[in-house]
Amino acid sequence: MSLYARLTGWIVLLFGLGYFIVPLVGLTEFSLKARRGVYSFDAYAKIIGDPEFQATFSYSVVMALVTIAMGVLIVVPTAFWVRLKMPWARPYVEFLTLLPLVIPAIVIVFGYIRLYNTSSFLPLTGTATGTNLLLAFGYTVLALPYMYRAIDTGLRTIDVATLTEAAQSLGAGWTTILTRVILPNVLPAVLSGAFLTFAIVIGEFTLAALLDRPAFGPYLQRIGANKPYEPFALSVIAFAITWACMGLIQLVTRFSKHTKAQP
Amino acid sequence: MSYLEIARLEKSFGANRVVTDFNLGVEQGEFISLLGPSGCGKTTVLRMVAGFERPSSGAIRIAGEDVVGKRPNQRNIGMVFQAYALFPNLTVAENVGFGLKIKGARRNEITARVTEMLALIGLPDLGGRYPFQLSGGQQQRVALARALAPKPRVLLLDEPLSALDAKVRVSLRNEIRAIQRDLGITTIFVTHDQEEALSISDRIVVMNAGIADQVGTPFEIYNRPTTRFVANFVGQLNLFKADGTGRIGGVAVGQGDFAARPEAVHLGRAAEADIVLPATVEEVHFLGSVIRVTATAAGARIALDTFNRPDVPPPAVGSTVELSLSSRDLIPLK
Repeated sequence: MSLYARLTGWIVLLFGLGYFIVPLVGLTEFSLKARRGVYSFDAYAKIIGDPEFQATFSYSVVMALVTIAMGVLIVVPTAFWVRLKMPWARPYVEFLTLLPLVIPAIVIVFGYIRLYNTSSFLPLTGTATGTNLLLAFGYTVLALPYMYRAIDTGLRTIDVATLTEAAQSLGAGWTTILTRVILPNVLPAVLSGAFLTFAIVIGEFTLAALLDRPAFGPYLQRIGANKPYEPFALSVIAFAITWACMGLIQLVTRFSKHTKAQP
Repeated sequence: MSYLEIARLEKSFGANRVVTDFNLGVEQGEFISLLGPSGCGKTTVLRMVAGFERPSSGAIRIAGEDVVGKRPNQRNIGMVFQAYALFPNLTVAENVGFGLKIKGARRNEITARVTEMLALIGLPDLGGRYPFQLSGGQQQRVALARALAPKPRVLLLDEPLSALDAKVRVSLRNEIRAIQRDLGITTIFVTHDQEEALSISDRIVVMNAGIADQVGTPFEIYNRPTTRFVANFVGQLNLFKADGTGRIGGVAVGQGDFAARPEAVHLGRAAEADIVLPATVEEVHFLGSVIRVTATAAGARIALDTFNRPDVPPPAVGSTVELSLSSRDLIPLK
């Protein structure tokens, strides 16, 4: 490689890194300035000590876990069945899973409120549990495109049909096949879908705000509108969470020893 | 009554009929090969026995019990696939123990059986490895052990050697046969490789276009093929046409077409041969112990094998020779 090309490469790389890092550094730096004149973690301490932060954050974590569980329960069997028995249905299923990217969350939530309001045939919004459930359904729909794609890609790396038949010939029923053969072999894919879902649910605003649930997204918005330093500290925390998720995806992929080589 | 009975089995995919009136009785402990070109329906028959395909009509009975209505996981049939199909997330030992675990066997029972199976396939020390750490031949042996571990009633082998290289293929097929004899397990082996089928089977079913053309021992299939397809598909063949008076080389053989194996045709006049044909040598291939000669006689190309003898050099290309064969070695073709 010529000196010129190498130099250009480095310049582009440095520019790109600067483009991402400078605003983050600025953000972090500002978040540390809550105490006049010195750097301190005051803003972080305030945020983490805020009972509302703890309540909304744990609420959203629980919702994220519920959403992941529902997503896995719906998507793994569906993607498996489509790959195994109904390959003709794949474009349709893919189209369906892409709809949440096209239909805004606000449309979904208004649809929910119209369908499941207190005077409807299934008054889910009448109780807190019902509304929580509705919110989890909504989250599952929003996460569907990511979950389906991640899992479908995972299924592509294994020979679904033959593994299924091998398990069947050894006496396994459908539940055993899904839980002991298919799921463990697409686990890295499921987990990357799960982490994406987690990131989506933690930051989601529209559904939670309009269903009036005490989630992290609306809290973020409230803090951002009313406090000087705390929102920046929160942003750094949010970044840290997302990066931790991405790091976990990497770790999971690296440490799944059996998926290193495929015949 | 046979242990495994397949009666009037038919299978169509839409308008496309892939298996037609297939009948077969397999005795307990017998090793049967389904041999045929790709698309002849042999794999479909195997998959119907396994339960992965539903027959359009017909019956499959194992030990007198009709299994057509049963799901694959209820049939207690072991299967080995061309693509190994080991579970990549499980170790070799866990793969072999999978079937027993499903059956709810106790842990020490599973461990004992897995140890026994790994010893049987000659890989006693590899229980802790993952499939991707094994060679193709080792993976296929593990797949065999996994299929055998739950003591299936019937073992099905779906072209298990096709993905392996030639040397491993020969050693593994002998090993499979030895293990099968040892355990006395009823086995159906699907292959498109005639040499494989001839060398390890008790009986062979030659299939063509969804029909079982001929069922017989390797010796019968090779020496007395009953249809033109079987004669052509199994082994090499020389075709002879009788003349208008039903004679070949002046010897009365009857009307129609006949065939003879390369080893039935001799260079020069053999003692027991009654048919003698003048021929021109076209090609000579020296293969070591055997010399394969191709010659033209009466317009037809004829291949013949002779053993190498240090004191007799092979015939020269272009030279005129006499070929002889016994009329008893002629195979009439239908």
